[in-house]
Amino acid sequence: MLNGRRGFLKDSVPVAGLCPQGAYGIQDCLRSGFSSVKNELLPSHPLELSEKNFQPNKDKMNFSTLRNIQGLHAPLKLQMEYRAARQIQRLPFLPSSNLALDTLRGNDESIGFEDILCDPAQSEMMGEPHLMVEYNLGLL
Amino acid sequence: YEILECSLSESGYKAPSARKTGTTIAGIVYKDGVILGADTRATDDMVVADKNCMKIHYIAPKIYCCGAGVAADAEITTQIMASNVELHMLNTGRPPLVAMVTRQLKQMLFRYQGHVGSSLIVGGVDVNGAHLYSVYPHGSYDKLPFVTMGSGAAAAVSVFEDRFKPNMGLEKAKQLVRDAITAGILCDLGSGSNVDLCVITEAGVEYLRAYDTPAKKGKREGQYRYEPGTTAVLTKTVTPFSLDVVDESVQFMNRE
Repeated sequence: MLNGRRGFLKDSVPVAGLCPQGAYGIQDCLRSGFSSVKNELLPSHPLELSEKNFQPNKDKMNFSTLRNIQGLHAPLKLQMEYRAARQIQRLPFLPSSNLALDTLRGNDESIGFEDILCDPAQSEMMGEPHLMVEYNLGLL
Repeated sequence: YEILECSLSESGYKAPSARKTGTTIAGIVYKDGVILGADTRATDDMVVADKNCMKIHYIAPKIYCCGAGVAADAEITTQIMASNVELHMLNTGRPPLVAMVTRQLKQMLFRYQGHVGSSLIVGGVDVNGAHLYSVYPHGSYDKLPFVTMGSGAAAAVSVFEDRFKPNMGLEKAKQLVRDAITAGILCDLGSGSNVDLCVITEAGVEYLRAYDTPAKKGKREGQYRYEPGTTAVLTKTVTPFSLDVVDESVQFMNRE
């Protein structure tokens, strides 16, 4: 059963099941759900890994091309802008539009499945505002 | 628990066979532009799900796209393409090229490695003339003067291979596409109902819905009713169920 998918063993995604990140060194079931070693090691869809890494790979490719053409300063400056744009977020339990980040990446001029499916505004679940803010501030 | 094909054959079971696309779509380049044709049947395995669906989708004012394969995939893919083309047009301020639509399509289909099961024929007129592309589910494409896709592709392309000539006139070209789609409708179980045509020229688009209906419902020839007493009764056994009334309750319905 595992034979066909062994080639897809995840190496670029951290394995949470083997080293749980909750308090006291055990899996935090309340926040991250139940742990399943098989789910952590093998992808549940042939495209799962390729899609998870699509944006990072695209960025890496663009940065390396930019470095080859314009020199090291160009990707460094861009990455600083990305870091600044990533910090512009709303409160922890509200969905952010990521407008600045999208504009930098050039995603503001195209529509893909990530814009149609899984709209955070239509999400059925909402985090508890007080708990989420306290968790973010480290009070919890 | 996931079931993989190799494990099925080990346990002695046969994996289900792939579902056919169930369409005939075709396109040709003629003297003044492009003509796209499609049948109108949507199948759900061996049952007709829609007798009159539209398989020729709008992408841009002078670019249309026929979709075969999984119906939802073709529909959503073409809608996403239409939105992207509109955004691109607003950005560049220019009418779109058919090559641009094909490039975005093939990049998206390759990204999803064939899991988006839609084969498309993109045809249109832009500043460089009339173009016709066929794009396959895994992301490869062909640029040809005539293309066919879907399960009825073999039947349709045989008509094209026989009678296609470059720079045909409008009426002959429409007749040729109609004949090709009709070949698909009559010879392929996955295609049926009517022939839709879409004529795209420099001047504009003419969408001919139900241009031809080669497959009309047949007339029943004989009488299939049986006379009472056709089947002889050999034996008859009657077993009465004796039921007692245990409880009786009356409930009134509020009918205001």
